Amino acid sequence: MSRALRFYRSAIGKKVVMAVTGLIGIAFVIAHMTGNLLAFAGPEAINSYSHFLKSTGELLLVLRAVLIVAVILHVIAAAQLTIQNRAARPMGYVDREPQVSTWASRTMRWGGLLLLVFIVLHILHFTTGDLKPAGVFSTADVYGNIIASFRIWWVVLFYLISMIALGFHLYHGAWSSVRSLGLRQPSPNPLQRRVALAVAAIVWAGFVAVPVAVFVGLVG
Amino acid sequence: MHLRLRVWRQASATATGKLVEYDAPNISPDMSFLEMLDVVNERLMEKGDDPIAFDHDCREGICGSCSLMINGAAHGPMKATATCQLHMRSFRDGETIDVEPWRAKAFPVIRDLVVDRSALDRIIQAGGFISAATGGAQDANAILVPKTAADAAMDAAACIGCGACVAACPNASASLFTASKISHLGHLPQGQPERRRRVLSMVNQMELEEFGGCTLYGECQEACPKEISIDTISRMNGDFIRAGLTDWR
Amino acid sequence: MNLNARIPAGPLEKKWDRHRFEMKLVNPANKRKYNVIVVGTGLGGGAAAATLGELGYNVQCFCFQDSPRRAHSIAAQGGINAAKNYQNDGDSIYRLFYDTVKGGDFRAREANVYRLAQISVNIIDQCVAQGVPFAREYGGLLANRSFGGAQVSRTFYARGQTGQQLLLGAYQALERQIGAGTVRMFPRTEMLDLVVVDGRARGIVVRDLVTGDVRSHVADAVVLGTGGYGNVFYLSTNAKGSNATAIWRAYKRGAAFANPCFTQIHPTCIPVSGEYQSKLTLMSESLRNDGRVWVPKSVGDKRAPNSIPEGERDYYLERKYPSFGNLAPRDIASRGAKEVCDEGRGVGESGLGVYLDFADSIRRVGESVIRERYGNLFEMYQRITDENPYEVPMRIYPAVHYTMGGLWVDYNLMSTVPGLHVIGEANFSDHGANRLGASALMQGLADGYFVLPNTIGDYLASSKPEKIDVSHAAFRDAEAEVVDRARRFVDLRGKRTVDSFHRELGKIMWDKCGMARNAAGLKMALEQIPRLREEFWRDVNVPGSDRQLNQALEKAGRVADFLELAELMCIDALHREESCGGHFREESQTPDGEALRNDERFTYVAAWEYAGATNAPLLQREPLVFENVKLSQRSYK
Repeated sequence: MSRALRFYRSAIGKKVVMAVTGLIGIAFVIAHMTGNLLAFAGPEAINSYSHFLKSTGELLLVLRAVLIVAVILHVIAAAQLTIQNRAARPMGYVDREPQVSTWASRTMRWGGLLLLVFIVLHILHFTTGDLKPAGVFSTADVYGNIIASFRIWWVVLFYLISMIALGFHLYHGAWSSVRSLGLRQPSPNPLQRRVALAVAAIVWAGFVAVPVAVFVGLVG
Repeated sequence: MHLRLRVWRQASATATGKLVEYDAPNISPDMSFLEMLDVVNERLMEKGDDPIAFDHDCREGICGSCSLMINGAAHGPMKATATCQLHMRSFRDGETIDVEPWRAKAFPVIRDLVVDRSALDRIIQAGGFISAATGGAQDANAILVPKTAADAAMDAAACIGCGACVAACPNASASLFTASKISHLGHLPQGQPERRRRVLSMVNQMELEEFGGCTLYGECQEACPKEISIDTISRMNGDFIRAGLTDWR
Repeated sequence: MNLNARIPAGPLEKKWDRHRFEMKLVNPANKRKYNVIVVGTGLGGGAAAATLGELGYNVQCFCFQDSPRRAHSIAAQGGINAAKNYQNDGDSIYRLFYDTVKGGDFRAREANVYRLAQISVNIIDQCVAQGVPFAREYGGLLANRSFGGAQVSRTFYARGQTGQQLLLGAYQALERQIGAGTVRMFPRTEMLDLVVVDGRARGIVVRDLVTGDVRSHVADAVVLGTGGYGNVFYLSTNAKGSNATAIWRAYKRGAAFANPCFTQIHPTCIPVSGEYQSKLTLMSESLRNDGRVWVPKSVGDKRAPNSIPEGERDYYLERKYPSFGNLAPRDIASRGAKEVCDEGRGVGESGLGVYLDFADSIRRVGESVIRERYGNLFEMYQRITDENPYEVPMRIYPAVHYTMGGLWVDYNLMSTVPGLHVIGEANFSDHGANRLGASALMQGLADGYFVLPNTIGDYLASSKPEKIDVSHAAFRDAEAEVVDRARRFVDLRGKRTVDSFHRELGKIMWDKCGMARNAAGLKMALEQIPRLREEFWRDVNVPGSDRQLNQALEKAGRVADFLELAELMCIDALHREESCGGHFREESQTPDGEALRNDERFTYVAAWEYAGATNAPLLQREPLVFENVKLSQRSYK
């Protein structure tokens, strides 16, 4: 058996895959969120940014491929670990009180599933344009697509709920991925996660800002 | 105190078990939890019933025999305390207390609250040692160990092998147990020659025993009567990655 | 019976070396052909099984706990002595030897103790190599402290968990051998009989505690490392499972039992709080460095300790022993507490307790210093008693802690049954009539790592055991007896629980054969114990079946043996008409009430030989010869 496969076979190997792909995801959402904020700078800014991205050609393709592979690996590893973890306790407790685990950590699976659904719908919505909640879509006018969609209350609501899920996912993931990779220095209170909280809060706020601003009429 | 208990009763490994209710009047708040069970057992036996089986030995929090999931918390509600050191004054008069065995596929129930934890021994067998046969050692002071390293090793070595980390973990993972031994030996100069081999074979054995993986819930650290830190798990993962990418044979 | 101690000739410091040379060796290629049984996995048994496995013997190892790591050695707090002289404070092998012989009140064998002191230095080397995280100085060298009144700093420690760390070292070495296939481990398996064939120990009968199966195991030699019998007193600092069954069965199969009445009572334990109390918790003796021991001057003074004025307190240790004060040795401190409680001046609800007061030290050095020194102990005390020792004086009372007596062994650690070796606390040991602090761990590991693995080779090489298997009649008979006994318990369906008998036995022993004894009390105990035993066998209640995990049945077997051993302890105590070590014989005291040894009559090891159920045991004497140490009376005034 190859070294890599053998490494992956262990739970720690899978956690390493989840951590690395998760960190790629975190880097991506931070960049994505920063780009989104260009909506506040007006139609030209965000449309030309979008045009710039598309003009990079192969680079964009590679980036997209990396992201898709990362998501797939992340999901497969998560599914395999979930199966392993469930099997490790065939009979549960009648009475079980979580002591310190965060709500975020306990909802990684369901929250992750919601995010997967979100990612698919989001791509169909803003990338391919197959979903047109407002009835219109233009590849050249990203700004127009944003304004049209986020005037609809249930679209905004779906995005808000998904971003809450993302925030929680990051709150646990940003912290645990670094620990899973064995990169953290010992600490007197290892459960403390200030950096993760900041990452989660900033990403959440940045993503939520655009739909909310559009909906209440601050933008557009 | 007057308590009601709901205790897991299971006649044998193959029998089906259930929670059985017991009335426990006249309990002194100064009793330890196990002394309370002793009293309940004495009363059961006087009625000709089978006493509740549970593991215990030193009753001073160091042997790691005692277990018990008490009201949904491994070793009960008090932090840094094994069941044998938990006193009834930690409970309210009139309270109903649920008592269950450790639950994990790797810890099959033997009877009532007694489970088989030999999987933990097999993890140690796989590499939780320094190969130093008796007699070949050099003078003890020939190996200098910085105080910080000795202290860090001791923090991890405090593990009593009770299995509370497995019981408390939503994934029934033995990561904290395994990582504490890896950290203990990995902090010391004597532990370096076998460091990579050790982490690979211990982690491998942990998987063979069908424990779950670590999601870093932190429940293990909270349940640990010796307050061993999940930092050890991070350290184990780091060692595993280094060894797994370079040394796997 | 032959009590030949087989002490090698020659000068003291050459004996062990010379002996190792003179002993026969087993050819390395032949070692795997020898089967050795090791019962018990504490510091002695665990270390022995691991080392024998390393040497290449075929080892079968047994423990009643669910894992070999749980043996009660794990609970030792303080430390382990070694004559390393790392502190350059005048320590030496000879000084450790001398201190141990003197501390044992001149009732130990010189040659054994000297060997122990010699080996002590190798133990530390070995344990460090295994990764035992001993305390260190900032420069990386090993730290030491002085312990138990020793005048040199020779104690090595790992926080307050030295026993745990040493045991885990042995346990890890043992697991390595189990993994390598040289040791087969049988946890949750209790030895219930010794099998002797043609006068040699050839195996054991065990009960699988999970299934109830009774099986035999054959070997060429049997090693018992099953610990002490302090639980005969019901309440002790021993683990609940600690028992005398293995050594008692061996005694009944012909191994002499030496000095059974030698028990050690530790002065600083947390007092009993009620009838339900199941065990006693030891607090490190180091507390006496800063705590002052006192009781009220007047009988029946029930005021809260802090409202008793200074003038109405009796700091009795400081009063009686001005030069040692609160640091008087264990036996003296324990007896002092008993005396004041007997006078009715004891404190706490039960009246069985004395104060250990830190108020003066806190005033002198500040609470933070005291917290740094004893924080974890104070926390433990508060957890158990719900009292804050920073504000209210601690209450302490003596408790049974260790048994110096045990099966008699020669210099090779072999009992009077050829092939049966006994190590650690289970043998009558090197501690004489009183063990010094931090010496138990030293002895267990010395026996297990260094002495027994050498001496057992001599036995195996010089005896040519014939091939037998479990179908031999001796095994069949022993198995049948074990099965019958278990059946008898479960068929009795009596009224009284095992614990109620055990508690009653404990009370008799504590009152009559504890810190202070007299002929009248011991004679009374010798009437009470057989009566209690008879009632036990008539009316004990053991629910369930013998074909399953049955903890009541396990306890019943152990208590049945305690009920017999207790009688032997009283017989031994009655015959030893002297005060020595931890044993104050009221008829033997100086005019001012101090212990009075009688060297003319009692400078010997009393080894008792089983003579059948209906006959009194036979006393054999091994005279103790002191060629290097001059006998003197201990004085701590």
